Amino acid sequence: MPLFRNIASIIALLPMIIISLTVFVGCIIYSFIYSLTNSKLIPVTNFVGFDQYERLFKQRKWDVAVENIFIYGFVFTIGCLIIGFLLAVLIDQKIRGESLFRTIFLYPYAMSFVVTGLVWKWVLNPTFGLENSMHMWGFSWFELDWLVNRDLAIYAVCIAAVWQGAGFVMVLMLAGLRGIDEDIWKSLSIEGVAKWKSYLFVILPMLRPMVVTAIVLIAAGVVKVYDLILALTSGGPGYATTTPAMYVMENFFSRANLGQAFAASIIMFISVVCILAPWAFYEFYLRNKYAAN
Amino acid sequence: MKKFFSILLTLFLPLSFTNVSKAAGHMEAEVIHWWTSGGEQAAISQFAEAWQEMGNTWIDTAITGGDNARGTTVNRIIGGNPPTAAQFNISKQFVDLVEQGLLQSLEEVASAEGWRDFIYPPELIETCEFEGEFYCVPVNIHSWQWMWINNDVYKQVGLPVPQTFEEFLAGAPTIQDAGIIPLALGGQGWQESGMFDVVASSIMGFPLMQSIYRDKDVDAFRDGRFESVLNTFRELNTFTDEGSPGRLWNDTTAMVIEGKAAMQVMGDWARGEFAVAGKEAMVDYSCVIPGKEKYVALGGDVFVFPKNDDPKVKDVQLAMASMMVNPTVQAKFNNAKGSLPMRLDVDTSAADACMQMGLDLIQNPDAIMRESDDWNTPAFTSAWDDIISEFRNDPNYTVAQVMDDLEGVLTSGL
Repeated sequence: MPLFRNIASIIALLPMIIISLTVFVGCIIYSFIYSLTNSKLIPVTNFVGFDQYERLFKQRKWDVAVENIFIYGFVFTIGCLIIGFLLAVLIDQKIRGESLFRTIFLYPYAMSFVVTGLVWKWVLNPTFGLENSMHMWGFSWFELDWLVNRDLAIYAVCIAAVWQGAGFVMVLMLAGLRGIDEDIWKSLSIEGVAKWKSYLFVILPMLRPMVVTAIVLIAAGVVKVYDLILALTSGGPGYATTTPAMYVMENFFSRANLGQAFAASIIMFISVVCILAPWAFYEFYLRNKYAAN
Repeated sequence: MKKFFSILLTLFLPLSFTNVSKAAGHMEAEVIHWWTSGGEQAAISQFAEAWQEMGNTWIDTAITGGDNARGTTVNRIIGGNPPTAAQFNISKQFVDLVEQGLLQSLEEVASAEGWRDFIYPPELIETCEFEGEFYCVPVNIHSWQWMWINNDVYKQVGLPVPQTFEEFLAGAPTIQDAGIIPLALGGQGWQESGMFDVVASSIMGFPLMQSIYRDKDVDAFRDGRFESVLNTFRELNTFTDEGSPGRLWNDTTAMVIEGKAAMQVMGDWARGEFAVAGKEAMVDYSCVIPGKEKYVALGGDVFVFPKNDDPKVKDVQLAMASMMVNPTVQAKFNNAKGSLPMRLDVDTSAADACMQMGLDLIQNPDAIMRESDDWNTPAFTSAWDDIISEFRNDPNYTVAQVMDDLEGVLTSGL
């Protein structure tokens, strides 16, 4: 009778379950239905089959958007994890002024993505940003045109995002590091294991729950990235830094092309499910099963 | 404490009484618009003042950015809480609203006041008329067809002020050698596509534009002239600076004003920036309508009036529509806005040299040019503009490829 085992907690969760079913599942169904119509400014039930999807996949802009989200997702996730973990390790060295550094590194996370975007927009602007300052100081060879270079602009976005997100990962990791038993450190030092080796091969695997948490939180941010790019590049130069979320928003609001927006959001949803489902299945189900055995 | 309340009472009692006493002829209207810059605020307040002088209340809902404002309007209409009036552009932006029967017909006041007789040019009537009834009020005309040129720059390098894009291109290397940016362009989609249409119309002429944008005539599109427009556009873009991507239009205009750049292609709203900077038309700067055949484009703004469940709102809406086309209000509004009025019998004595040029030109029906969004939905124009923007920004995007992609949009039925 597993269904009725925790009747109290199920009742407590019921409102949440109802809300997610109606809001999330309901909206997904609604979006799917209207993605089959040729709705423009307002939703109409003029069904045109899968035309919107066909049109979507013919768009160069959509290809660019999809490519960007993979680049951004990869660089942002890896960058945050590596830098966040390194920062956590460094702070874990019982340094002086630890709380000060912790605050400094975490501060970017307290800002909204819009502020981050604007700050980096000014820093990276070639005509009055860092490049200009360096030129005025006499370093005329200095070049930093990432933001206006269509091949590099998406990496400029990644830098800004990592700058903001790394501190958060650091705090998660630091909490994990602080939870490591002193005895483990003692035995490692008795064994004479090099410090970096102990971190990489012993401590990091023990931080697995922290890493998983960090990845889940970061990944959720990757899919919906919108405000950062809007503030930093507005999707430009051209549409070199556009993302699927921007494509959807654009078609919803400025382009009065609802059908297309619904189709794009359904594709976004399907791809997220495709990527997350096998991993989540392994992480939350299979592993527990094996652990139980 | 007692004293405090009595003060409060004395403060508010008269207010409540005046409200009651005025209620009879009093009308309240909420207007959504996106006029938030200094000059734009001055313009919309002309409407607000005229409305208030009639003894009514004006609730101003200014939302930054046309996209956001239009999005809000549509959401509120669908959500059942429509504003009294809302701004759109002279375009097909609000066609869906008319077709779904969500807008108030203004035919009653339009035929009573004879709008069809005085609205000029008549193309504006076409924009607002659906099945013989008026659904919007055109309030002004803004044209994109301008080159804004810093005269000092050309004096400095010893060249005459260019009158066409060919002349501009011929002089551009000299300007570049003098350390000045020849072409100021803000790299935002709407600025790029706006400039593209000016280049297109000045090179291939309005009739061809019409057969492409309106009639979707693939043969006309493929007859070679559109390719030469693309080539010229690409050449022009080699004369911009690397700070261009994402730059706002007014920051870009400032570069021309300060002499850092020689020329910008921008709509006539740029004139306001020169005026604020204390520059004089034709002395400090030139406004040139490029090309041998000169056009004035019919861009601009309209107001629509969403249907309301409350039958009293209709009267308010008709009264406001009538106020907006009033010649006195039109004169005040357009002088503040720097745009051309939507009727000819308006006092335009305050117009400067550039505005006068537009006023003279618009009297000639052959010089009136329509824009792609007059005929096409936002879905079409944005798909088209994306390609133009990508063409400007990606040097590896060849003209042949662009032609194929544009033809794809042309035949997509969007």
